[in-house]
Amino acid sequence: MSAKTADKIATAVIIFFAGIIVLIMAGLLGFILVRGIGHISFDFLTSPPETIKKGGGIGPQLFNSLFLLVLTMLITVPLGLGAGIYMSEYAKPGKVTDFIRLIVEVLSSFPSIVVGLFGLLVFVNVFGFGFSLFSGALALTVFNLPLMVRITEQGMQSVPQAQKEASLALGLSKWKTIKSIMLPIALPIILTGTILAAGRVFGEAAALLFTAGMSSPRLDFSDWNPLSPMSPLNPFRPAETLAVHIWKINSEGLAPDAPEIAAGASAVLILMVLLFNLLARWIGRLLHKKFTATK
Amino acid sequence: MKKSLMLVMALILTFTLAACGQGNKTNNSATGNNAGTNSSANGGNDKASELSGSILAVGSSALQPLVDQASKSFMDKNPKVSIQVQGGGSGTGLTQVSGGQADIGNSDVFAEEKLEAGPAGELVDHQVAVVAMAAVVNPDVNIDNLTKDQLVQIFTGKITNWKDAGGPDQAIQIVNRPSSSGTRATFEKYALGTKTEDLAGAIQEDSSGTVKKLVGETPGAIGYLALSYLDDSVKTLKYEGVDATEENVANGTYPVWAYEHMYTKGEPNEVVKAFLDYMASEEVQNGDVVELGYIPASKMQVKRDVDGNITK
Amino acid sequence: MAQSREKRKLKQHIIEEWTGKVFTSLCIVLLVVTIFSLVYFVATKGFSSFIKNGISLGEIFGGTKWKPEGEPPLFGALPFIIGSFSTSILAAIIAAPLSICAALFMVEIMPKIGRKYLQPAIELLAGIPSVVYGFVGLSVIVPFYRDIFPGQGLGIAAGASVLSIMILPTMTSIATDALAALPPGLKEGSYALGATRWQTLARTVIPTTLPALMTGVVLGMARAFGEALAVQMVIGNAPHIPKSLFESASTLTSAITLSMGNTVMGSVQNNVLWTLALILMLMTFVFVFIVRFLERRANR
Repeated sequence: MSAKTADKIATAVIIFFAGIIVLIMAGLLGFILVRGIGHISFDFLTSPPETIKKGGGIGPQLFNSLFLLVLTMLITVPLGLGAGIYMSEYAKPGKVTDFIRLIVEVLSSFPSIVVGLFGLLVFVNVFGFGFSLFSGALALTVFNLPLMVRITEQGMQSVPQAQKEASLALGLSKWKTIKSIMLPIALPIILTGTILAAGRVFGEAAALLFTAGMSSPRLDFSDWNPLSPMSPLNPFRPAETLAVHIWKINSEGLAPDAPEIAAGASAVLILMVLLFNLLARWIGRLLHKKFTATK
Repeated sequence: MKKSLMLVMALILTFTLAACGQGNKTNNSATGNNAGTNSSANGGNDKASELSGSILAVGSSALQPLVDQASKSFMDKNPKVSIQVQGGGSGTGLTQVSGGQADIGNSDVFAEEKLEAGPAGELVDHQVAVVAMAAVVNPDVNIDNLTKDQLVQIFTGKITNWKDAGGPDQAIQIVNRPSSSGTRATFEKYALGTKTEDLAGAIQEDSSGTVKKLVGETPGAIGYLALSYLDDSVKTLKYEGVDATEENVANGTYPVWAYEHMYTKGEPNEVVKAFLDYMASEEVQNGDVVELGYIPASKMQVKRDVDGNITK
Repeated sequence: MAQSREKRKLKQHIIEEWTGKVFTSLCIVLLVVTIFSLVYFVATKGFSSFIKNGISLGEIFGGTKWKPEGEPPLFGALPFIIGSFSTSILAAIIAAPLSICAALFMVEIMPKIGRKYLQPAIELLAGIPSVVYGFVGLSVIVPFYRDIFPGQGLGIAAGASVLSIMILPTMTSIATDALAALPPGLKEGSYALGATRWQTLARTVIPTTLPALMTGVVLGMARAFGEALAVQMVIGNAPHIPKSLFESASTLTSAITLSMGNTVMGSVQNNVLWTLALILMLMTFVFVFIVRFLERRANR
């Protein structure tokens, strides 16, 4: 076989496999969307679920997912930014820094179920937060933090050395340099990464089963006092997110239209993730344009 | 710097607004519903509205829908009471009620079967309903009755083909529950009368939904389900010739059933007691309990203790 | 006057410097504390089955019988360990060629189309929640295997198929990065010598990037090893070492999710589940160690 034929065959094989991935992907998306999209309606998105009757919705679950996302991000982003900045700007190369880096790597590859069990043991039982949004947010923070740290580090490292040195030479303090010069430049990368990390929060279920719980107490959407137990804003109430809800109706659903609800909820979840991806890309591009003044 | 900060702020704002917008939509319809239920509930209820407090009930996922449903109507009657019902499994429920994190521990099994004698002794049992189970097979298996002996032989792997149990020439596929499951404990105790080992090749699923799906789809499959999950996708078998119906369970002729327990640590406080009384009331027992496919505890003509001794 | 303003400025400067340093250090300390407490709590819980309940190490790692409710109870976790390894290795074997081909396609063959269509598609795969994967696996892959192979369709093969799709994004993105980071001189040299594209890829590009490609494979395996819900839904969960790939089996994660809620904290049955979690955690360390080793090779 001549080298040219081998080349052609190999190229064909590679394209074939790439094609298979696209097919799997399209099949998967198509399967979920075709089955689910017909079930999505305004009513489905807003009404509370039913235990045994037909026609339950996913309103509270959708709200819980979004609220949990906001809560998690409120904790993760400052912590992750701080830790990432420390790693890229303050840490001196040496054994300790290497060790911390190793630790971050270990944390990022922990199975989510181990993190969930840790959350059950520590946040739910030892700290006594119970099954609550807050416990869930903390558990999600544990496994989103390393990602956030890495993203921040990457962002900070993308800042041109000259810009940083110029700022320091002008007599600005290091913190001021980081805050006012480097962070804005690193922002597009950090923001894109953060939104993608947020998408991960949306789909997580294993860790939340053990921390945020599987029930959604009735919410009173006219009560916006975060301390009242029925208020949707109370972080110490148990909450079932969309992903957990899919798990639950698949396994224990009594409603006659449980499969349709599961399919509809899956489709909503996929659409949300899709939205996050597009948003991340769009914002990344927008900011990139803005800060680099390229057209 | 200022500009970029503004941009970040703006982004965060849009984010929160987007989230709120979503919330608001949910908001409107939910309040509408609430207003409706509240007014109707208040009409028939004047004196009991003094109760206030919050209750946390955790445990059995089999009991969760019932407690959930009943808690909703209880909260309608007592607007100042908030009840949270959590799943998580009987084990979790017993752990949390015995550790004091939860007010009520929901369980499919007697506490004595899971906890040590010490902590189990502190718990007070409230039996709110009875759940019965039936063996189910794939609809293509053309038998409708199995004796206790046949069931034991199937679940211990002595019979592996349906033709030895009067069915077609087809391999038997067992869809079991994990050995920690309360449903399995009940089935083994009252249907088989013996503990069984996990057989090689047997499927184990913890959730009734998945068991139903797998039994319905897999040729030659056998499993067991609570009566509330039964439908046309699987075929329900008689046990020793007795149909798995509510009457047969209530009069003691169909033995495969268990209590659903709501445990409290010591005697319950006023609010919890009111809720447990409500669970035992005619309204719930003849309403939600029946509607959700359980059997009212009050209808039972026989009683059973923790060792399985039956008294009339 | 001027001096005091100077001083004030200096003071402000120092304060600023300190707030930054203290804030970021606090964050990092918190991160480290979190990890240590995670390891500590899981480890103490995991070891309690050995210490408090007196189960021997040999029984957990060597026993093939898992009968936690039996008389006497037996806690042989070997079936789970074997199940976890075979599922994740099989998943990696399926996904590795696919992801490397996808990466080659995106970097070497048609960068434009690849970046525009294939990459977003793969990123989207990464965002699909594992519950949905499990659900699709149970409704599509399991019936498919049930129809064409002997057995019930559930088992290691079904688990590995679902996992292989789940780990594709991790593997592909690492492979893509590795291929893109290759100095262009190397490739150009090969082309200049008259080599075809395939010869260049097979003899130059792939051998040089092999450690990095392997890193991706190991990280993918690590993810497959720790995935819980999707696997539990399609693997069948029988605590036995299966005789075929289409026979019901169990993994460490599926055993944990299946029984964690049904057991009471502090009991033997619960403690051994924590031991399984501990094994999962230790395996994570091993995977990270392998990745580090490979990265060092790649950088050399």
